[in-house]
Amino acid sequence: MKYDLLLAGVGGQGILTLSAILGKAALAENFHVKQSEVHGMAQRGGAVVSHFRMSENRIASDLIPTGKADLILALEPLEGLRYLSYLKENGWMISASSELKNIKTYPETSFLHDKIKNVPNHLIVDGATIARENGLRRAQNIAMLAVAGPLLPLDKIKLKNSIADFFNSKGEDIIQKNLDVFDSGYQKGFSEIKK
Amino acid sequence: MGYKKLLLGDEAVAQGALDAGISGGYAYPGTPSTEILEYIQEAPLARQRDIHRQWSSNEKTAYEEALGMAYAGKRALVCMKHVGVNVAADAFVNSAITGIRGGLVLAVADDPSMHSSQNEQDSRYYAKFARIPLLEPSNQPEAYRMTRYAFGLSEQLKLPVMIRLVTRLAHSRGDVHIQEESLENDLNPVSDKRRFNLLPLNARVNYQRLLSKQDVIRKTAEKSVYNKIEKTEDKSLGVICSGLGFNYLLENFEGHNCPYSIYRINHYPLLEDKLREFGSSCEKLLLLEEGDALIEEKVRDLFGPEKTIMGRLDGTLPRAGELNPDLVAEALEIKEKQVYENPENLPSRPPALCAGCPHSDTFEFLNETLENYPGNRVFSDIGCYTLGALEPYEAIDTCVDMGASITMAKGAADSGLETALAVLGDSTFTHSGMTGLLDAVYEDSAITVLILDNATTAMTGGQDSTGKGQLENICRGLGVSDEHLHVLKPIKPEHEKNCTVLKNELEFDGVSVLIVRRPCIQI
Repeated sequence: MKYDLLLAGVGGQGILTLSAILGKAALAENFHVKQSEVHGMAQRGGAVVSHFRMSENRIASDLIPTGKADLILALEPLEGLRYLSYLKENGWMISASSELKNIKTYPETSFLHDKIKNVPNHLIVDGATIARENGLRRAQNIAMLAVAGPLLPLDKIKLKNSIADFFNSKGEDIIQKNLDVFDSGYQKGFSEIKK
Repeated sequence: MGYKKLLLGDEAVAQGALDAGISGGYAYPGTPSTEILEYIQEAPLARQRDIHRQWSSNEKTAYEEALGMAYAGKRALVCMKHVGVNVAADAFVNSAITGIRGGLVLAVADDPSMHSSQNEQDSRYYAKFARIPLLEPSNQPEAYRMTRYAFGLSEQLKLPVMIRLVTRLAHSRGDVHIQEESLENDLNPVSDKRRFNLLPLNARVNYQRLLSKQDVIRKTAEKSVYNKIEKTEDKSLGVICSGLGFNYLLENFEGHNCPYSIYRINHYPLLEDKLREFGSSCEKLLLLEEGDALIEEKVRDLFGPEKTIMGRLDGTLPRAGELNPDLVAEALEIKEKQVYENPENLPSRPPALCAGCPHSDTFEFLNETLENYPGNRVFSDIGCYTLGALEPYEAIDTCVDMGASITMAKGAADSGLETALAVLGDSTFTHSGMTGLLDAVYEDSAITVLILDNATTAMTGGQDSTGKGQLENICRGLGVSDEHLHVLKPIKPEHEKNCTVLKNELEFDGVSVLIVRRPCIQI
């Protein structure tokens, strides 16, 4: 088993949180893990990407080669497209629908959606609403991770344990709400991916 | 014994140092090295042993403090980004002349591709320059093991040892097998008074000692488990790689089975005999190294123009920027065709100041006031406020190196530039701005300095700043007069007042300091 996943978004959207959650879950599966992040200046509202790799065997490169990613998980449609060249044949492009327009020249929604729909295996999901409906407005990242959940070689329980672990210091209420967001997202992903 | 943990390259160095029994970690924050000391600050073992783990004012003070600890016989780790070594260089180079007692390891994180830096200088040249050993891990487990090994090597050779990371290792997590920790050293200060007194008469003796050690340094590199030659039947190509270059090479072969002979160099200095022997055994050579072409230059010198040598200097690989698996695949001429192309003309998304950032209000009143001063120049510095160079503010004219704002403003004022301002953060001021301000006070230079005090080192994620709560006292102590020392609050209701104070001080023919104070919204 070898699975390469590219997480894309904007600084502040919670890409690093997702990497950390995935990392713990993958380690619980006894996989080798490599997870490359962007820290520092770019985190201030700039484009942020994380390369996440897990495998039963040792992984050589911290970076995914282009054309090799099994999944691009984007918290923002423009940011997902920025890394399209990394996607492999039959790979999945899953993007949140909500757009973060902190730049002047943001493309038209139709342009972005057309490009995403060119990928045979794609989903555009309103993760923000899934998060809001479960009482956690800021948890779009968890919702989107959950949507992609059924594709990942990670046990659902282990993913949930990892989420609970990550938010451990924030108290029971926040943990439970995140898990609720996860369950809704996972169900959404499961039914959409089956189609 | 032991357990597995997912660690950043930075964290693996920190854990390695803790387990090697350090009694202190010293650093000034700088991407991509910051997480090393941060990890030590949070580590249970560090708390249990109460080892030193506070931030220092800059890389030079950090290095000297670590050197003092090593002088006293204990093990110390000092960490910085590549350009930080420029700041610490005086102490660093001379610590090779004094030698050390307790193990001293300098962990440097280089930033090829300049993700968060003003240049991509290669720290390996510094290790060569100071004539000390350098270790360059390829992955997180190696970063852990090498750091532990580095302390032993440092004490064996009685020299500081450098560990070099690059961004992609520093900020990438991998699973690391962690082993039982060692004890700290006992206090055992140097007693030879000549050893650390680098008066010329002693320095000459010490320098000879450093030169005579070079043989032993080379021998340890020869025997090192971190330098490996693996030969194959295929003699058409030999690959010499260091650090992450090795990973990108293996990534391109199924099951990591590279058909070519590989010479992995992760423990420097370079060994001429080995390079000559390996190079002669292969028809062509490919060099895969992160940063500059340090090994490639050496190999080209050894073999001359007759040999086909591919690397950064002949254009096989880009001259600048970090490597990646794709670039290496292209160099090997085995790049597969991509399935998808990136859409053309996607707009870039540069970083920006956070919504509600105090610096935004500062740039508002700064820009408005300066409209009446054509010919003004705003000399700035390194921190979040450097983003003021971008739209919508475009408020600053320079960003060169830590502390250069005040001194460049002074130099420009010396040359007759009428409205010279310096804009820098509180942490940058205590890092390298204070001495420049003293120069300006000494000559009564006509400059206006804005110290943007957000009570933290924000760009690197909010570390404590050593000058917290002391800025007024520091400025007064350096001789800034009370009359021209103001504290402003960058908020909308104070906008007019801030414009007026700035205007008045711009009219003053001497040193003025405005401390513009509001905490970072991220803390």
